[in-house]
Amino acid sequence: MSAGEGRRGTFAELAHIQLEKPGLRRAIGSAMDRFVVNRANAFAGADLEAMREAGEAVRAHTVARLDTYLAQFAGAAEARGTKVFFAGDGAEAVEYVRGVVRDHGATRVAKGKSMASEEIGLNHALEADGVDVVETDLGEYIVQIAHEPPSHIIVPAIHKTRGDVADLFNEAHHTHLPPDPPELTRFARELLRDRFLAAEVGITGVNFAVADAGAFVIVTNEGNGRMCSTLPKVHVALMGMERIVPSFRELAVMLPLLTGSATGQRVTAYLNVVGGPRGADDVDGPEEVHVVILDNGRSKLLGTEYRSVLHCIRCGACQNVCPVYRQVGGHGYGAVYGGPIGAVLTPLLVGFERAGDLPMASSLCAACTDVCPVRIPLHEHLLSLRRDVARERAGAAERSAFRTRSGAWSHPWSYRLAARLGRIGQTVFARGGRIRRAPFPLSRWTSDRDLPPIASRTFRERWKRSERRPRSGSAGGA
Amino acid sequence: MPPARVALFVTCLVDLLYPEVGEASVALLRHAGADVAFPAGQTCCGQPPFNSGFVDDARRLARGTLRAFDAFDAVVAPSGSCAAMLRISYPHLFAGEPEEERARALAARTFELTEFLVDRLGLHRFEGRWEGRVTYHDACHGLRELGLRGQGRQLLSGIDGLELVEMERPDQCCGFGGTFSVRLPEVAVAMADDKAADIEGTGAVAVVAGDAGCLMHLAGRLGRGDSEVRTIHVASLLAEAAGLRAGAT
Repeated sequence: MSAGEGRRGTFAELAHIQLEKPGLRRAIGSAMDRFVVNRANAFAGADLEAMREAGEAVRAHTVARLDTYLAQFAGAAEARGTKVFFAGDGAEAVEYVRGVVRDHGATRVAKGKSMASEEIGLNHALEADGVDVVETDLGEYIVQIAHEPPSHIIVPAIHKTRGDVADLFNEAHHTHLPPDPPELTRFARELLRDRFLAAEVGITGVNFAVADAGAFVIVTNEGNGRMCSTLPKVHVALMGMERIVPSFRELAVMLPLLTGSATGQRVTAYLNVVGGPRGADDVDGPEEVHVVILDNGRSKLLGTEYRSVLHCIRCGACQNVCPVYRQVGGHGYGAVYGGPIGAVLTPLLVGFERAGDLPMASSLCAACTDVCPVRIPLHEHLLSLRRDVARERAGAAERSAFRTRSGAWSHPWSYRLAARLGRIGQTVFARGGRIRRAPFPLSRWTSDRDLPPIASRTFRERWKRSERRPRSGSAGGA
Repeated sequence: MPPARVALFVTCLVDLLYPEVGEASVALLRHAGADVAFPAGQTCCGQPPFNSGFVDDARRLARGTLRAFDAFDAVVAPSGSCAAMLRISYPHLFAGEPEEERARALAARTFELTEFLVDRLGLHRFEGRWEGRVTYHDACHGLRELGLRGQGRQLLSGIDGLELVEMERPDQCCGFGGTFSVRLPEVAVAMADDKAADIEGTGAVAVVAGDAGCLMHLAGRLGRGDSEVRTIHVASLLAEAAGLRAGAT
């Protein structure tokens, strides 16, 4: 599975499947509501607008000079003994990681959370090589044993209830665990501990790379990122090419925005700074550290009107407030990145042919834009993408429908005529002041909703009538 | 001070489907001292094609709106969404076009009804009587694009007998979204059901909003269930409460 290349249906089709799942909307909605409250608490008393402005400035500065900062990072990281690989696409990244695993004869990989690895389909490739890959983030572990992709950037198993999780564990491990989160967590913790100790290679994502230090940062709450990056002999970190900051000074601007927006925490339980492989005097740490820097369609956005999409820090806040995501979860989008950022990013990464419908998966309520910690104008990007998609791919029927309507409605006389014709046409369908059934395309509304009929006298007809009378007889004339 | 000369942009939804909302808007504006005109050249602001990506079709409609309202000091719409189209989207739609300046000028003169009544005409206290508990839905474009913050609620607060109870997530989209509601009807209906549950949770007899689109969507969905909840445009409620003669007729 890639960023969205392997979509198994349109948004409408995939959303339908999700909407049919009992309990899904309730599970997602209650998690979202918790995150919204936690976020508000995390930023209470802070000047959030000033923080967002500063965050946006850091991201815009960095992304505008991405080549410079990436080169600086690579030079500094290599000086620390880290091996840096630039992957043009997912296939190159996968090949590189497979090579590292093969070179070490590794058969067991412990993996920390990484959306970039989902994007390139890394697990499947390694498993095809006979490697045992285990996800060590609890949420990722849950979706792994459910054979599902993550449903949320930060909360992969957001769509699962505690009962679902207990069923999954009991089925996978032949246990009889109750649907009790602490108990389930304890079970997973013991199970994963052995996997950390046995793994020859650890694979993680990267939250931020620090250009001048040649170091990178992993933020977690479960400590699994630290286990993956320190216990195995080899650590491979995957990062999207945009996930870089100039120095620790800018990191300090970005981290509270990330943790506050993602989980509503002022600081997470673990913050790992990886500076490279173990030195001669170090008592522990990996012997080899690799950083794979992934382009995979990102660099073509540089300098375009969509460049601010590269400012994204993958906090998931836009998913947490999206009323469309609330109904269908990440799986409704059929892409690695769901929700507003996914509806923008996926068509840009994989093309309109595969994901041109995603920009329509929004009511344009703009809650995403309002919440984004780096002020990406997500709903404006959705609008721009709709324009681009309409130009490239609009069907003849839709194009002509809009042309006809705008032609007819651009003159008052033909607009009035359309209203009169509609009024005549609706007499067959209107009953008791409402329309319950109507022919296509109005049936797309009336299948589940009533439609009001066109008024027997429109406002303009009423106005015209009142104009013919003296003003004293008109509304609120006092 | 001479009365402000105000052009009503009634919006196509109100014109065709809810003319009484237009009449209530006229009554309220006059009640607040404005001289109201209705330029007959207006039709639709062009938002449906604009939001669908058909910018040429949107411009064609928007040119008609520019022509209709060129001569007026202020343009007022009983819709946050249509007002946002004129104020926020027209300058983008006409960027680099010959009409760019006119679009910017219109944007600066365009207001949503409750915003205009409170912020421009200084109608800070509105008196009337309306019995019952209501809840207020913040329509997305008024809230997030125009930054409306409570003007509608402020006007309702002076009405005797009216009890305003806030629902959970009053700022969550109802699922209308213009063409979204027919492109993805299943998702839109699920969103409306979320909203309906939040509304029902307040025990209100009516949900009030400043946008006919949201109200049409909610009424359409509520009408299919066994809900007793009414939908009412804030303009209609206010005019009714103050006993303003509902109607330009």
